[in-house]
Amino acid sequence: MANPTIDWAAIDADPGFRELHGRKIRFLWGLMAFSVVYYFLLPIGAAYFTDLYRIKVWGAINVGLLFALSQFLVAWGIAFLYARKASQFDAMAEQIARKADALGGRQ
Amino acid sequence: MSKSTSTIACTLGLGTILLLGAEPAFAQAVAPQWRFLTFGVFAAIIGLTMYVTYRAAKRVKTSADFYAAGGGVSGLQNGWAIAGDYLSAASFLGIAGLISLYGYDGFMYSVGWLVAYITVLLVIAEPCRNIGKYTMGDILAFRNNPKTVKAFMAVSTITVSTFYLTAQMVGGGVLVKTLIGIDYQYSVIAVGILMLAYVIFGGMVATTWVQIIKAVLLVLASLIMVFMVWYQYGFGGPEYFQKVIGDPNIQARVAGLLGDAARNMTPEQLGQRFLEPGLYLKSPIDQISLGMALVLGTAGMPHILMRFFTVPTAQAARTSVIWAMAIIGGFYVLTLFLGTGAAMLVGPVNILAADRGGNMAAPLLAQFLGGGPDSMLGNLMLSFVAAVAFATIVAVVAGLVLAAASAMSHDIWVGIVKGEHATDAEETRAARICSLIVGALAITIGILAQGQNVAHLVALAFAVAASANLPVVLLTLYWKRCNTGGVVAGLVVGTLTAIGLVLVSPNMTYPLLVKAAQQKIIETSASRIEQLGADLAAARDPVVQEVIQKAVAAAQKAMTVAQAEIAKLGSNTTSLVGLEKPLFQLRNPGLISIPLGFLAVLLGSLFYRDKRAVDMWEELYVRSNTGIGRAKAAAH
Repeated sequence: MANPTIDWAAIDADPGFRELHGRKIRFLWGLMAFSVVYYFLLPIGAAYFTDLYRIKVWGAINVGLLFALSQFLVAWGIAFLYARKASQFDAMAEQIARKADALGGRQ
Repeated sequence: MSKSTSTIACTLGLGTILLLGAEPAFAQAVAPQWRFLTFGVFAAIIGLTMYVTYRAAKRVKTSADFYAAGGGVSGLQNGWAIAGDYLSAASFLGIAGLISLYGYDGFMYSVGWLVAYITVLLVIAEPCRNIGKYTMGDILAFRNNPKTVKAFMAVSTITVSTFYLTAQMVGGGVLVKTLIGIDYQYSVIAVGILMLAYVIFGGMVATTWVQIIKAVLLVLASLIMVFMVWYQYGFGGPEYFQKVIGDPNIQARVAGLLGDAARNMTPEQLGQRFLEPGLYLKSPIDQISLGMALVLGTAGMPHILMRFFTVPTAQAARTSVIWAMAIIGGFYVLTLFLGTGAAMLVGPVNILAADRGGNMAAPLLAQFLGGGPDSMLGNLMLSFVAAVAFATIVAVVAGLVLAAASAMSHDIWVGIVKGEHATDAEETRAARICSLIVGALAITIGILAQGQNVAHLVALAFAVAASANLPVVLLTLYWKRCNTGGVVAGLVVGTLTAIGLVLVSPNMTYPLLVKAAQQKIIETSASRIEQLGADLAAARDPVVQEVIQKAVAAAQKAMTVAQAEIAKLGSNTTSLVGLEKPLFQLRNPGLISIPLGFLAVLLGSLFYRDKRAVDMWEELYVRSNTGIGRAKAAAH
């Protein structure tokens, strides 16, 4: 599996790869942090802000129910956002891979 | 292949005989005169999966085919298969049941199971696809000492899979017994034999297709039922929930749950309370602890991670998680209607009478929607839901067995015993033999654990995955200084603390506490019956009288159940590890064990020198981010 002709350190030091890495890390962990915080607000709110959850918004539908449903929309939204952003990452990764080919690294 | 074909035919015959011919111990759900419907639907679904296995068996030639379906599964297919792996009987029947019994809390509980996939999507799926080959051990072996980390990871994989497997086998045995009335042992053996047929003959190819078929059937069954429930209430959003809060079954249930606190509440307030938090999940800290185990544990589940080795590219891995999130999330939204629908149409009293965990909510709802226990359509629908639930258990168990067997054959036998020197034919044979061993083990454990409370084992599996597997995989992939020392420390500390904390937690049965709690139920029920008697004497309206009489019946039932519970405990006074009361107050150990797992990886790595882990870092990091090197490897 290992391909000795690829200079991994050179790719790692390549500005293109550094940029991909930096953008990816910021985007992914930022989104990850947001999703974790948003999710844990649900049980925390259910425990400590029960009165807020009880407020009726639309007939019998209350804030708590809407907040729980919003979790689904937010999760899907994150997936959608990532899918869009990831195609940019894919293009950058493809360029780096081609550069590796040019160096004669990939057979 | 003709030999395996005839063996498949024999297995199909044997499985069907076990299902059809076993003398019914007792029948609860399907009446005997409609039993033929159950057998017909079961035979059709089992036959379909067996046909798929037969087709798959012809395609499984190499170890790559057996472990990873040759990397030839598409993103969409893998998305359905992940959903199939994930939507176990616990979520299909369990969450619908929780919602039918506890309303809002049941629904809130389902959210964490979906959010878990954000972790899988963002930080796990693609790097794992680019770095791994067949097992979690492969990912760790990339830069750490291969033999050492494969040994520890294999043990952890087998541990997590066995916990999950035991819960599935015992739950499945009970479920099949309740649904179609065959003996517990026969159901466990039937599940085991079918699952082994899928895995041994068809490897990952058959397991993937069985998951897909089962997930499609599950979603289809739920869609039909939700349509039928909602149809009765005119497809309105607010109107539907207005019906929920106005329902006498639900109001009586909430009154029963709240006890004295419900005395001054109007029926409308009682119904509204069903849509508010706090009826089931009493401890917020425990909730957060479970949430952590779910959000981090799913991404450390061997049978879920294994699915990413079956797709050709990192892009396909990404697509598959997005599809899985759409399917799983959509399914949980449907369960909100299944659960509340069952609460209104079947009633919490009847759901509890059929199964104390609420697992029968969806099957009983199906029976009601088809026209009730005396109708042919009702029993056909019940049979269909039962068959889907059965297929669910078999499929999930198949995925788990494959994950455990791969760790055994690929990591331990080929990687350690043979020192990576095994021919492909030898490895494929070893993988089949290991599947047989794990399968036999699963059947044995399933039979031995009859009657045990295994519900906490699912939470424990997630806790171990989140405390041991996820920290080591995540830090191997993202932390430059992570090394063999950290991986070993993380796996050992994470696994042991998670298991240790559960052993001294309230999950275990503490006979003295159970007796006290049941005694309290008997007392409150008695006083409630007394109060209702007074209400009944005062009531003039026949509708009100009927409601009160129903509530009296419910209270009497609760009393009988509590008395039976006390009788069941006998003279035991201590838990499994000899405690009278729990030492650790949380049911879910994640809050403590997950940080400890991460800390162990950090400290272990800092106190250990491993040149290979440093040398391989750049290669791992470039590969995991770009897919260079791997993209060609899978294209065969």
